[in-house]
Amino acid sequence: MSAYSVTEPTGRSKLVAGLLVTLYAVVTLLPLVWIISTGFKSGPDSISYPPKVVFDPSLEGYVNLFTTRTRVAAEEFQNLPPPETWYDEIVRDSGMVIAGPSRFGERFLNSVIIGFGSTFLSIFLGTLAAYAFSRFKVPLKDDLLFFILSTRMMPPIAVAIPIYLMYRELGLSDTHLGMILLYTAVNISLAVWLLKGFIDEIPREYEEAALIDGYTRFQAFRKVVLPQAATGIASTAIFCLIFAWNEYAFAVLLTSGTAQTAPPFIPTIIGVGGQDWPAVAAGATIFLLPVMIFTILLRKHLLRGITFGAVRK
Amino acid sequence: MPDPIAAVARATPDPIARKVRGLSDRAIAWLFVAPTIFLLLAINIFPLIWTVRLSFTNYRANRPNEEVEWVGLRNYVRILTDDGIWANMQTTAHFLFWTLFFQVLIGFTLAWLINRKFKGNDLLTTLIVLPMMLSPAVVGNFWTFLYQPQIGLVNYVVELVTGTPASSFSMLGPGGYAPWSIVIVDTWMWTPFVMLICLAGLRSIPDYIYEAAEIDRASKWRQFWTITIPMVLPFLMLAVLFRGIENFKMFDMVVLLTGGGPGNETLLASIDLKREAFEKWRTGYSSAYAIILFVTVFGLASIYVKALNKVKER
Repeated sequence: MSAYSVTEPTGRSKLVAGLLVTLYAVVTLLPLVWIISTGFKSGPDSISYPPKVVFDPSLEGYVNLFTTRTRVAAEEFQNLPPPETWYDEIVRDSGMVIAGPSRFGERFLNSVIIGFGSTFLSIFLGTLAAYAFSRFKVPLKDDLLFFILSTRMMPPIAVAIPIYLMYRELGLSDTHLGMILLYTAVNISLAVWLLKGFIDEIPREYEEAALIDGYTRFQAFRKVVLPQAATGIASTAIFCLIFAWNEYAFAVLLTSGTAQTAPPFIPTIIGVGGQDWPAVAAGATIFLLPVMIFTILLRKHLLRGITFGAVRK
Repeated sequence: MPDPIAAVARATPDPIARKVRGLSDRAIAWLFVAPTIFLLLAINIFPLIWTVRLSFTNYRANRPNEEVEWVGLRNYVRILTDDGIWANMQTTAHFLFWTLFFQVLIGFTLAWLINRKFKGNDLLTTLIVLPMMLSPAVVGNFWTFLYQPQIGLVNYVVELVTGTPASSFSMLGPGGYAPWSIVIVDTWMWTPFVMLICLAGLRSIPDYIYEAAEIDRASKWRQFWTITIPMVLPFLMLAVLFRGIENFKMFDMVVLLTGGGPGNETLLASIDLKREAFEKWRTGYSSAYAIILFVTVFGLASIYVKALNKVKER
């Protein structure tokens, strides 16, 4: 590169750009910082005005998130044995006793089961279909690919009406299997489109060489294509997982108890006189943190994932 | 130099060679594609056909034993002549227009700034992108806390900056701010999406075009309007397509922020649809509503894609 380039921005313009973007980043991250910090505030600190930036950290929100609590009569409270654990102590400080575990653990586990289950199924079916679309002459290929994509345009509520009726008939309402199948159907369009792009990039010559060496198609697919596509498969899987993890509309309409995931549950965490914000924030933090980490891991493939493979860097 | 192995591979007569080793390619292709197509037929197409069928009836899902009557096009006529639904469509259009406007404006500006390649731009890009990957329901719910008039961070910041007392206005309550509050949260979440796509567009412009313009003594301003904008436009239009479809379907974030209120101020079409279908249980009526929404988004998207392809061809 030459010493002077007309396309290289000047030092000053870089500085100004850097400052403006930093400013935007600070403002845009503020709500996220607020979620995380509210999780560590005590009840009164969370609703004080002006809002507290510096506060005594407390685990009250996290304890409230995982427990249900009851108030007991004053004299009974006096006669209770001393608290045995640190979380017992935190609850006693607010004049209550722990009644039992909350449902957050179950809901979170449901999110994990349904998220991973549907991701596994989407990737399994999606890889097979993507390989076929990439390598073989499938009749009506473009129409089928467009059909797969167009399923994504329907408003979820529009699909939810008949799915609700269908699941009611089949006994799939509020079951893990029902939600896994549903999320797989929603994610498969993304999986096929993304994976087709990744497999298209693997040179055909590798498989053809393997076929010459006496591999069958299946063996060539398994031993040559799959290892080559591993990165693409992994990042597609993370996108599917994030979608299933974040989904709300189907979850709130089709689940109520046993199979309910965390997103419909977190907004229903109620304290005394309204939402228990530290507990809501604690739940949100636990729920959002894995996605933040995945996003950072995925940053190279992010653009591709969010555009269904339409834009590649 | 041609690869000798590939040459041999191409010379091998495909069908005969493969048949000897088991399944033909055609059989494998079908075997691989069929499960996906089957799943989509069962969970997308069959329900869609069912919705069409229901839309001509007065079926109510909460009264499965009641006799179902065919009502012809009555549901469609009632929806298309209902003033309330036209008002919701306008609310949806308002939301769509302003979210797209701000996201394109801020998203493009950010991409343009990040493209100056200052130190640390990669790290900042990754941080800025975070909001769009998070659950809209969980985040939308938390924004109701940020918007609280007495204790919320938003009102506090407004008081700090403008001096308007924090408890004198409510972002989600009456007073006309609610339609803008949902635009703000959506813009906060999805600006990074437009930014990322614009950034890819900016990075796809080869340096030599600017160098040639520089030799021709074109001003920076002129370079921006005759090189940068036209070359980023297809990317920008793609971003608008994705966001447009998503925001037309918008449900989760807004339902948790406002639930459609106050009054019907933020009642987007899909929130209204949810009320009709799952609260009032007018299943037949809401099926017709769903079909109208689907046809609208599909029609608008097809027209838009045609325009997009024209821009790409230029």
